[in-house]
Amino acid sequence: MDDSPNTHRGIARYIPIYVILLALSGLQIFLAYTKLDRNRMLAAFLAVALFSAALAVMYFMHMINERRSLFWSLIPATIFVLLMMNMIWSDSFRLLHMRPF
Amino acid sequence: MSELNHSMALGHAANMEPSPYAIPSRKLAMWLFILSDACTFGALLFAYGYLRTASPDWPTPFKFYPSILNVIIMTFVLITSSLTMLGAVDASKAGDKAKTMRWMGITMVLGAIFAILHVREWAGLIGEGVRLFQNPWGSSLFGASFFSITGLHLLHVISGVIAIGVVARGFSRGSLTAGHVESTALYWHFVDIVWMFVVPLVYLMSIARR
Repeated sequence: MDDSPNTHRGIARYIPIYVILLALSGLQIFLAYTKLDRNRMLAAFLAVALFSAALAVMYFMHMINERRSLFWSLIPATIFVLLMMNMIWSDSFRLLHMRPF
Repeated sequence: MSELNHSMALGHAANMEPSPYAIPSRKLAMWLFILSDACTFGALLFAYGYLRTASPDWPTPFKFYPSILNVIIMTFVLITSSLTMLGAVDASKAGDKAKTMRWMGITMVLGAIFAILHVREWAGLIGEGVRLFQNPWGSSLFGASFFSITGLHLLHVISGVIAIGVVARGFSRGSLTAGHVESTALYWHFVDIVWMFVVPLVYLMSIARR
């Protein structure tokens, strides 16, 4: 919310989150050059990206200072929609064996 | 003074229902836009994954130099621009116009640097023969999916730089409030978050290993 006690303390309080986000991006670059197999690498990338996004939403976008009702109204519905998009994968694997492109 | 208090001070309180989330409707609208846009990017990234999984000869063209190094710099620039935008939000809430303008100006410069680096990356790939429906390495859909995803993101960055400029001008003239700066910042952070998914899924999963 707009008038939290931290509002006027400058950007110094965001530096730890900023450093963590940079470190997580560095971790992704590091992981890309390891010998993890493709599926594990993808899982690791997604885990790091989701954690980074959660930090940015909660602290940079101040969701942590908003009413809980805002979070519960918006975020689960979005995650649900994104999860429903995963129904395409079985068809994608089928197409792999048909080599369509 | 918060947006709600500001509205009440203007005498509109008697005609308005209280906000269920205790935020201005402008900010709620921005959140709804961001989440719908997140679904758009989600659909694009899922479509990319679909094509990639279904194509046995998906190209892996991104060498450390210049592509991945370029991406590292772009990521640093974009995350730093989120930090400077937070500076603008704080300064605007404190009523410090000069500081707000300075932070928003830095954010615009960083956004412009990101866009220039992005165009440089595109130019390099186009120079190597990548087109929308052909490339020298493998699946012909690589170019279409790459340019669609990164192009939509680039469009968001350019739109954001313009929006920040417009809001900064309005704020300096007194026609826009700190609430407008905050809503613009929400959008800018969202652009940053999308990049956190584009980098690993589009670039890092396709690094050249030879």
